[in-house]
Amino acid sequence: MQSTITGKAYVLGDNIDTDQIIPAQYLTFNPAVPEEYQMFGKFALSSVPASQAGLPKGHVPFHTKDEFVSDYRIIVGGKNFGCGSSREHAPIALDAAGIEAVVAEFYARIFFRNAVNGGYLVPFESVNRLCDRICTGDDVKIDVENNLLHNLTTGEQWQLKPLGEVAPIIDAGGVFPYAKKVGMLKV
Amino acid sequence: MPAMTMTEKILGRHAGRDSVQPGDNIWVDADILMTHDVCGPGTIGVFHQHFGKNAKVWDREKVVIIPDHYIFTADAMANRNVDTLRKFVAEQNIKYFYDVGTPRYKGVCHIALPEEGHTRPGEVLFGTDSHTCTAGAFGEFATGIGNTDAGFVMGTGKLWVKVPPTMRFVFHGNLPPYLMAKDLILAVIGDIGCDGATYKAMEFDGDGVYALNIEERMTLCNMVIEAGGKNGVIAPDQVTLDYVNARNASGKKYDVVTTDQGATFCYERVYDVTKLEPVIAKPHSPDNRAYVSEVRGTKLDRAYIGSCTGGKMTDFRAAAGILKGRSVKIDTFVVPATSEIAAGLKSEKLNGQSLEDVFLSAGAKIGQPSCAACLGGPSDTFGRLNGPISCISTTNRNFPGRMGHKEAKVFLASPLTVAASALTGVIADPRDCLQ
Ligand code: SF4
Repeated sequence: MQSTITGKAYVLGDNIDTDQIIPAQYLTFNPAVPEEYQMFGKFALSSVPASQAGLPKGHVPFHTKDEFVSDYRIIVGGKNFGCGSSREHAPIALDAAGIEAVVAEFYARIFFRNAVNGGYLVPFESVNRLCDRICTGDDVKIDVENNLLHNLTTGEQWQLKPLGEVAPIIDAGGVFPYAKKVGMLKV
Repeated sequence: MPAMTMTEKILGRHAGRDSVQPGDNIWVDADILMTHDVCGPGTIGVFHQHFGKNAKVWDREKVVIIPDHYIFTADAMANRNVDTLRKFVAEQNIKYFYDVGTPRYKGVCHIALPEEGHTRPGEVLFGTDSHTCTAGAFGEFATGIGNTDAGFVMGTGKLWVKVPPTMRFVFHGNLPPYLMAKDLILAVIGDIGCDGATYKAMEFDGDGVYALNIEERMTLCNMVIEAGGKNGVIAPDQVTLDYVNARNASGKKYDVVTTDQGATFCYERVYDVTKLEPVIAKPHSPDNRAYVSEVRGTKLDRAYIGSCTGGKMTDFRAAAGILKGRSVKIDTFVVPATSEIAAGLKSEKLNGQSLEDVFLSAGAKIGQPSCAACLGGPSDTFGRLNGPISCISTTNRNFPGRMGHKEAKVFLASPLTVAASALTGVIADPRDCLQ
């Protein structure tokens, strides 16, 4: 895992479920096919209601110049991020759109597992509720080693929770490389 | 040995350990891995990528493949995904595949699994679908996973699992005729919130639970994911065993596992079901709870009766009881979860009329067994909300866009409440029209 993750923040609210992250009609693309993988980036976050898209004001498109990849690198969310279905297409969509990390108060279990085990992005938990304190478009930097999020736009600094027991899986790049490393898998 | 909950015991046994505690990370052996047409192709991709092009699944009799989501559609990509499953089944010689267009076709995986005898007490079931938790009604550990995890299970038969703490919900009393299991679980989700059971097991207990038939118990366990639960579970009784023994696909032996006296629960709540009222979840979250009496009269455009939550025989029996001899006022869609249930609608009679006839004469449309509009799907999906309309539904989720259009409003309720509302075109209380 890189030691810092830097980029523009895109801010969302509570209970961002997997249907909002990638609506069901796009699940017919097969993420195992590289040309189709990028299609998930195109439709990422396309079911978030406009008023909730890019807080605090909303109505901020997630994609600007490129239709597949967003300008934003880090998503800041509220409670229960990624709730709903088990579709791995959700962290895949964010990854395909160029998102490297999500910072939320806490996650729904399956989304968290998928993000970690698939090695798509780093799901950080914040100590404070940050979705009302960071604005869409702020430049932020995550200092991974010290569990800190710097808001470069405002100069504020926020504590993140340590990644804890999933850190070795994230470090290895997902559950397959991790299982090989610990001798669980010999292929 | 310390006293353990049934979830802890099942997981411990599958990791070869006598004792585990909540928070332990363990490698667990899977008894069954289920996948479907939406997540199957991705899972197969992960499997081949990591285990090699010529790799074989860990056990061809333990991988169960059930296409159900995008079935009756002209969408070429959706149909291609089923072809991907067919190719994999042929190459791996998978024993249990319920293919579309064949007499084996079933429909919604969570109902197909028990009907075809793939759910047994004490087992561990992983499925690439969040409502895999439904099978907890058979006294097993069942949970939803993603493609990467499923690809890992496909190759190894194992998965790392963090042992969850258990929350206990006790129901006392017999359900009054105007209530169903759907009301109970919507009440629970309203009480604890849609993140109230995140990372936790939800165990249901009490005479009120054991008075429910197996389908109603499945409805309870089905929606634990709507509270963030990892799994839902109900200890087996004779009702469970009779069902399982009549269908057990492989004739495999199983162990009945129950919670020890004195086991630790992280939360406990007791309900007197005789005091509850019909419950509804308003848009756009399953925990946005109201009593039907509070929102009675809200205008609706559509009613939908179907899905793994509300598309079983018990659900249709309840709805038919209300619709018989009457006419619906709004578009009403009826979707049996499986082909067995679709056959049941034809064969089961209510005062001499088949349930299917009851629905058709009331003016409802009946679709083919599948997930249909429960998750929106391709634009030609039966019942899909293609515009910003209001729908009352027996399904399980009402987040924005779930049933199609992202401005559509979805109210979740029991089949009784949905049927009563279909008759009036506004949210209606089943107590007003039970015959
Ligand atoms: S019926 Fe709905 S909730 Fe059930 S498996 Fe199908 S899409 Fe999922």
